[in-house]
Parts: sequence; structure tokens; C-alpha cells
Amino acid sequence: MTLARRIIPCLDTDGERVVKGVQFFNLRDAGDPAALAARYNREGADELVVLDIAASRDHRPTFLNTIRRVAAELAIPLTAGGGVANVDEGRAILRSGADKLTVNTAALRRPELLTELSAEFGAQAVVLAIDAKRVGKSWEAFVRGGRESSGRDALEWAIEGTERGAGEILLTSMDRDGTRSGFDLELTATVSERMTVPVIASGGADTPATFLDVFTQGKADAALAASIFHDSVQGLGELKCFLDSQGVPVRLSG
Amino acid sequence: MSGAMKISLVEYGAGNLPSVERALARQGIETERAATPDAVAAASVLVLPGVGHFGQLMRTLSSRSLLAPIREAISSGVPMLGICLGLQALFASSAEAPDDTGLDIIPGTVAALPVTAKLPHMGWNQLRQVRPSALLEGIPAGAYFYFAHSYAALDAGESTVATCEHGVEFVAALERENLFAVQFHPEKSGDVGARVLANFVAYAGARRSA
Repeated sequence: MTLARRIIPCLDTDGERVVKGVQFFNLRDAGDPAALAARYNREGADELVVLDIAASRDHRPTFLNTIRRVAAELAIPLTAGGGVANVDEGRAILRSGADKLTVNTAALRRPELLTELSAEFGAQAVVLAIDAKRVGKSWEAFVRGGRESSGRDALEWAIEGTERGAGEILLTSMDRDGTRSGFDLELTATVSERMTVPVIASGGADTPATFLDVFTQGKADAALAASIFHDSVQGLGELKCFLDSQGVPVRLSG
Repeated sequence: MSGAMKISLVEYGAGNLPSVERALARQGIETERAATPDAVAAASVLVLPGVGHFGQLMRTLSSRSLLAPIREAISSGVPMLGICLGLQALFASSAEAPDDTGLDIIPGTVAALPVTAKLPHMGWNQLRQVRPSALLEGIPAGAYFYFAHSYAALDAGESTVATCEHGVEFVAALERENLFAVQFHPEKSGDVGARVLANFVAYAGARRSA
């Protein structure tokens, strides 16, 4: 009996359409979220993440509707987030059909938010998303969709975040995001080794070998990717068969 | 009895209730939410979903006067399925909230999973079936189910039908006559999860027509 390493497709949305950028910018349309969700559910995704990258108040009702449409297609867990700043906004996301919610900028501005969300919904429903960018020998946590540095060290913030109640870390390498140059193994291993909660590695996914590396050298509990799945560059089934053949525990049966 | 089977989901604010509704709807099963003692007492089939905190769940069930009708339904033979926290609620108490008492239908307590493994136990894990089970009928060996919890029952005695391991071996599924419960989330566990729900529905259907 082994806990499987998870493969998680991510849908970045502008509210109602899936978009994809390179290093967080230059967005382009990548399809209908519900249609992609149905496909990934069928092909063996272990979980799905839907992020509202616009995260503006005007978009919120549209995003909640997207969550409902996506959840209706899934028999696997759904994580959703983007701009959640208080318990009521978190509840709206969970009530729309998500099992977990991500928080990022608002938690850096007011870390007590993690404690409040965890007390209300349980640590298993609170995912701390950290956008990390290398600065010198370490990484800084960026906010506002990667637009500005929070000035906080990403590792220290991850540790504080879990102490405050986050049940999982979604760790994105801004340097690798959208580049298809492999996950940042050093960042992932540095954070994962210090964490008492699972770490989802994100940013840089490419070949099956890059996933193997992030599970072995990067010590990730889960790996997230977007464009390689949306564009069918990489099939989920083949990827998991490859990992299985390399001795990584993965869920192969539907 | 006649008419299509309807499953009553105990409604107390559990986050996963809509997911369970959708999963049952995919199997063509009609559901209703039971939020009052009368609604629970009138149910012919019950599901106790659950995500969150043991103490909060027990206090909510208590303040809504749902504890007695749930116990009464189980003892009178109504098929019931507890999910995740809905399994833990069947025990006498939990380390998560030592001052609150559980339904105390299954002897024993719920413990914190050891910190030697990453917590919460989050993701897909395999079961070890320890005895024949109506709930796990047709589930292939080695199948993965989705878990998301930090507390677990370590022993359910004769009721245990399957265990799982995350730092320690714990009860993943239990059965006692008309009472069924799983620590994993069948509503989030893909095809095998759907099969577990279908097995419960089949048991409940057979029981009704018996």
C-alpha cells in the first residue's frame, strides 16, 4: 500500500475560458474548462485545479459558474482559487463544488486568513499557492499573479503557512512556468523536504522524464501542468505508464 | 415497499454533500437532503457525508437533534453509509475533539495519524481487504481510492473489512449488518468509487425488496 504520486492538470481561466501564458504573461485561449475537465477525468487525472487568474470582483460570479460546470464533469477532487481574501469567498468556492481552495496574495498580506480558512473548512481544504521566483541563492514569494515581490522568502513563507493551517502547498516556479524546461528540482526539493504537508510542484513540465525527476529528485508529492496536457503534447495515460515503469507509485486504473 | 429508491443525505453543512449527490445522480439514484429529525426518521436509506472537524460535526448533529434519529435508523435496519468524517462519527470519540462524544455505535476511538508521514493523508491510496465485503464487491486488488484526512480509526474489530496505511494501518472500510462506512471518498474516487456507491445502492435495494 503506497500513497500514489498525483498528476494534476491545471486550468488557468479568465473566469469562463481556459487561458495559458508563458511565465505568467502573454495569455492565449486554450479552450472550454468543462470540456477539458471531462477529458482529464476520463484520461486518468488524479485531481484538477482551476484558477481564476483574472481574480477580479466583476469576474467572480462567472468563475463560480465555471467551478460548477467543471465539478459536474468530475469524479475526482477539484481545487479552485484566485483572489480568495476571506472565509465567505472561500465558502462560495467550496459550495460551488470545489473540494479545496487555493489562497495566495491575500494570505501574504494577512497570514491569519490561513488560520481562519483552516478552522472553518479543515486543513485538508486549504492549499497555500506560492509563486516563487529565484532571487540570488533563494526564492521570493511573488503576489498579484507574479507582478510584484512580497519580499518574503518562499521557503520561510511555506513553513509559516503550514503552521498557520494550510494543508497543502502548491509551489510554482515562476522561472520555469510555461517554458517546458523541466520543473525546478532544487526549489521543489528544498521546500518539500522541510514540509509536513504534501507539496504540488508546478512550472516547467515537459517530457515524462521531467515528471520522473520532480518525483525522485524534487521529492514532490504531486506534479501540476497545464499547456502540455491542453495541447495534447503529453497524454496522461502514457505519462502514468512511464512513471509506473520507472517505479514511481501512480494510480493506473480509472 | 414500492417506487424508486430514494437516498436521504444527512444535511448538516458538510462540504462534500453536493459531490455525493452528483455521484449518486450519475447512477440514476434520486436523493434528498435530510436536515430535520423527522426527515432522518422517515428515510429508507441514509448517507452521512462528512468533511471537516469531528467536534463541529457532533455538536451540529446534537444541536439539530439528529443524533437520536440516526442511531434509531441504524438499529432499526435502515441501510446507512458513512463517508470520511461520517465513518469517524460512528465511534465513541476522537482525538480531534476529546471533549465531544461520537455516535458510539462502533466501539473504539478515532486517533491522529502519526506525524512520521506527511499530513493530511491526501491523495490516492490502496486498500487491504481483510474479509469478504458487500461494499467492495468487484473492486480489483490494488485499486486506488481518494483520501483526505488527518485522523483515522485504528481498529473497528470484527466490523473492519479493509484497511489502508499511512504511517500506521487504519480502518478504510467497515460493515456491520446494515451499517457501512468508508474513510475514503467514493464520490471522488473515479470508477472504483462509483462501484462502491453502486454496491451500497444494490445492498439497499435488495434490503428493501426483501
